[in-house]
Amino acid sequence: MKKLVGGLLAGVAAGIVSIGTAMSAELTVYTAIEAEDLKKYAEAFNADHPDITINWVRDSTGVVTAKLLAEKNNPQADVIWGLAATSLLLLKTEGMLEPYAPKGVEMLDKKFVDKSNPPAWVGMDAWVASVCFNTVEAEKLKLPMPKSWKDLTKPEYKGHVVMPNPNSSGTGFLDVSSWLQMFGEEEGWKYMDALHENIAAYTHSGSKPCKMAAAGETAIGVSFAFRGAKSKAEGAPIEIIVPEEGVGWDMEATAIVAGTDDLEAAKTLVDWSITKKANEMYNSGYAVVAMPGVAKPVEHFPANLLEKMIDNDFEFAANNRKAILEEWQKRYDSKSEPKG
Amino acid sequence: MSMSAEAKLLHPGPTVKARMSRDDWVMRGYMIAIGIYLIVALALPLYAMLSKAFETSRFDLAQFQVQVSDEAGNFNAGPVRLDEINAGLGKLPPSDLETSADGRLDLTQFFPDFSFRSPVKYRLIPSGGDAVYLVGSERFTGPEAGEFDSNTFRKVVIRPVQDFGLANFRTYFSTPALFQSIQNSLLISVISTVITVTLAFGFAYALCRSCMPFKGAFRMIAMAPILVPSLLPGIALVYMFGNQGFMKELLLGESVYGPIGIVIGSVFFTFPHAMIIILIALSISDARLYEAATALRASKWRTFWTVTIPGARYGLISAAFVVFNLVITDFGLPKVIGGQYNMLAVDIYKQVIGQQNFQMGAVVSVVLLMPALIAYIVDRQVQKKQVALLSARSVVYQPKPSARFDWLCLGYCMLVALFILTILGVCQFAALVKFWPYDLSFSLKNYDFDRMDGGGWEAYRNSIEMALLTAFIGTTIIFTGAYMVEKSRGFESGRALFQFLAMLPMAIPGMVLGLAYIFFFNDPDNPLHFIYGTMAILVICTITHFYTVSHLTAITALKQIDGEFESVAASLKQPFWRLFGKVTVPVCLPAILDIAIYMFVNAMTTVSAVVFLYSTKTALASVAVLNMDDAGDIAPAAAMGMMIFYTNVAARLAHAGLSRYVLSRTQGWRLR
Repeated sequence: MKKLVGGLLAGVAAGIVSIGTAMSAELTVYTAIEAEDLKKYAEAFNADHPDITINWVRDSTGVVTAKLLAEKNNPQADVIWGLAATSLLLLKTEGMLEPYAPKGVEMLDKKFVDKSNPPAWVGMDAWVASVCFNTVEAEKLKLPMPKSWKDLTKPEYKGHVVMPNPNSSGTGFLDVSSWLQMFGEEEGWKYMDALHENIAAYTHSGSKPCKMAAAGETAIGVSFAFRGAKSKAEGAPIEIIVPEEGVGWDMEATAIVAGTDDLEAAKTLVDWSITKKANEMYNSGYAVVAMPGVAKPVEHFPANLLEKMIDNDFEFAANNRKAILEEWQKRYDSKSEPKG
Repeated sequence: MSMSAEAKLLHPGPTVKARMSRDDWVMRGYMIAIGIYLIVALALPLYAMLSKAFETSRFDLAQFQVQVSDEAGNFNAGPVRLDEINAGLGKLPPSDLETSADGRLDLTQFFPDFSFRSPVKYRLIPSGGDAVYLVGSERFTGPEAGEFDSNTFRKVVIRPVQDFGLANFRTYFSTPALFQSIQNSLLISVISTVITVTLAFGFAYALCRSCMPFKGAFRMIAMAPILVPSLLPGIALVYMFGNQGFMKELLLGESVYGPIGIVIGSVFFTFPHAMIIILIALSISDARLYEAATALRASKWRTFWTVTIPGARYGLISAAFVVFNLVITDFGLPKVIGGQYNMLAVDIYKQVIGQQNFQMGAVVSVVLLMPALIAYIVDRQVQKKQVALLSARSVVYQPKPSARFDWLCLGYCMLVALFILTILGVCQFAALVKFWPYDLSFSLKNYDFDRMDGGGWEAYRNSIEMALLTAFIGTTIIFTGAYMVEKSRGFESGRALFQFLAMLPMAIPGMVLGLAYIFFFNDPDNPLHFIYGTMAILVICTITHFYTVSHLTAITALKQIDGEFESVAASLKQPFWRLFGKVTVPVCLPAILDIAIYMFVNAMTTVSAVVFLYSTKTALASVAVLNMDDAGDIAPAAAMGMMIFYTNVAARLAHAGLSRYVLSRTQGWRLR
């Protein structure tokens, strides 16, 4: 009897193991998701798909994009999960993405899906420009609260505005490209000329202006809403302002890298990344997610954010990126003297 | 008959050549192996980087033909090549066709009558497989032709082809935002050099020529900046002089973000390097010269300018070039505190990481290489001369107590020490404060690195692992390599080449080395590609980066051992490795430990070379400091920076203890 049970158990165990080995897969996933969220994302995915192990390769948007482009002829990643859509468009035009329509893609807001059929990438959540405004410093300096982008060019804000450098920061680039789209090319550059007079510093990273505003290092930081909400939750004396003209945004998106060793597992992950469950997960940090009707308000997020998001033309942004950055650099980067 | 004519008649004898022993073969083979290491880890990557700088992109209009329909959509006219259209219109000169790898060229500009409302259709016919065009974000490669209505045609752009030439350099020198950095970098480096060398001279002078108390403590404090990454003073300066800084008023309204911050920070982190070189130069000066000066009734002022300064001139020049080189190649500090003030080393980072423009990154690297290389060559020439200064008859200068002078020196040293300790103290304080400047209560929240960008506590563990590996492997490679080149016989050309390779790393800025490694090791055709993204590449890069100083330390130690040991061992038919193990290593053990600690400390603090090479699994503490600061998490960045400092202090203490033990155990022969 004992032997029989033992044999049975061994058989079952062997069966499980063999199923396990048949199914188990490892995926190298490149991402720019905040470090503290990575574990949560992997755990949620593994609750449904314990057989697929995710090996994260995480860095800032610029670095991950650079890394992917550098590996163009010898891709190391299987999936990209959580990288700016502007970057994915760049990779798409290099032919580096495997087009795939994940199951249930029709459930997503069209804005969040690549226009090609099948789409090369699908969006997860939006990452929306906002202005962080330090109320304590503003009171000291007697600065009124700005309401619009145009307000930021008023002379009283001279030297009190910090924004990310579009050359190194995705957030900086989405600001610039949204101004050009909203105000038109000519007016857009005119606006930036005026804004430049008030800028105290262009930072390398997109979250830094808001953290600087949170620490009182500057009064006004042009950054994104997610960062502002986090700093506010940590107790920073800041208000998150959504300028009334509308705000630029980019999305975090998912794509399969062409040349992956395990297309099936990659598809499983991308399928999962657009499920309702995944969207609810994105909602814990981001107020705007790809699946309509899922998002609940996030604490400290400005309420009117969604309606203020402009109709962003990502193709315009990606295809004119080089020209815009060159023009920007010519106008503002050569003034190398620091401003007080 | 003249002598020379007679000599010609003599039959040339056989050339006498020593027979190669087995030892010679082994040593030669080993030397070649390390030589190959240096070629692979240094020469080839640099070559890859140089060739990248000349890799250009340009739009090849001849690749495309366009056919335009009439209003009814019939293609009556034949296709025309784009370059012919361009020549006909006189639209774009060749310089406008130069671009970067991600360039895009809009096609509507070649059709003056174009309107997106027009019913005219366009047919684009690429010539071959490497002709690439985009419709919106969709990518098409030739020879597949495409037909577009006018509205779609405005979304059609063509992509460049790869070429080879000087175009990148032309772009560089015609972009003020880029070439302005050359002037900025040179200016900052010169100013920092003058200030640092002056301050360090005063400090070394006080240590050497006064009888003030606490010399040991001052010396230790002065050396502390070596133990932290160069970007740490930048972080401290933000807290001291930033907009919320508690000493902000001292800057009289000037912003610390920019040249002022870079100069103050540079003075901090280069101070120990300059101080130690000048201290050595001052300590070997000859007391007899001062006696002569006193006998000639020269004033103190005159003695200073005619004896002290000339005596220390090689040290001063050498210190100046070392500082200049450190400042111009440093990346961390201007990244943190530079604001909008562009410096060359930061430009490389911006080009590569911010814009993914690897070619332009390589161009800036070549530009940065120039001043660094010149400073290095001048420094080498000067150091060669320095050796002859100390003669056997020299008398060591002994300072005499002089209350006024000693007090003056003490005051001065206290000021400098205060500056150094303040910077470190501010970092530690900031790391412990909850939310600067609104909540000054203490908390350990900033040590919760796992919640921040940069790699968390794992980055710290990785750094220690990397530093230990670098210390062990690096010391082994460098010391044995130095032994082979110093003690083997014959093979002059090989040894000269080895010496050259071993000296080269000092002239290569870290950013340049790191970028060169990307180009070389990330090439899928490279058989060594597999080490890319691993701990191994970090260790190899760091060993190579800091090879020169360690090599020189080893050579100096080995030169102290008489070559007769080798002769005796050979005549006793002892293989060289027995001699190496029984005599050379024990005798040189203090120097070996010095190399190991030098490697360890630098591996802990280096940012520049490894910033391009770390991967998610091999994040490093020093890079984490940079990335956390970049993301605006300044207090955690300061906390991590101080962790590096304490680790290095602990390593230094362990080194001091070990050295003392080793000296007592193996260096008894030195006493006698």
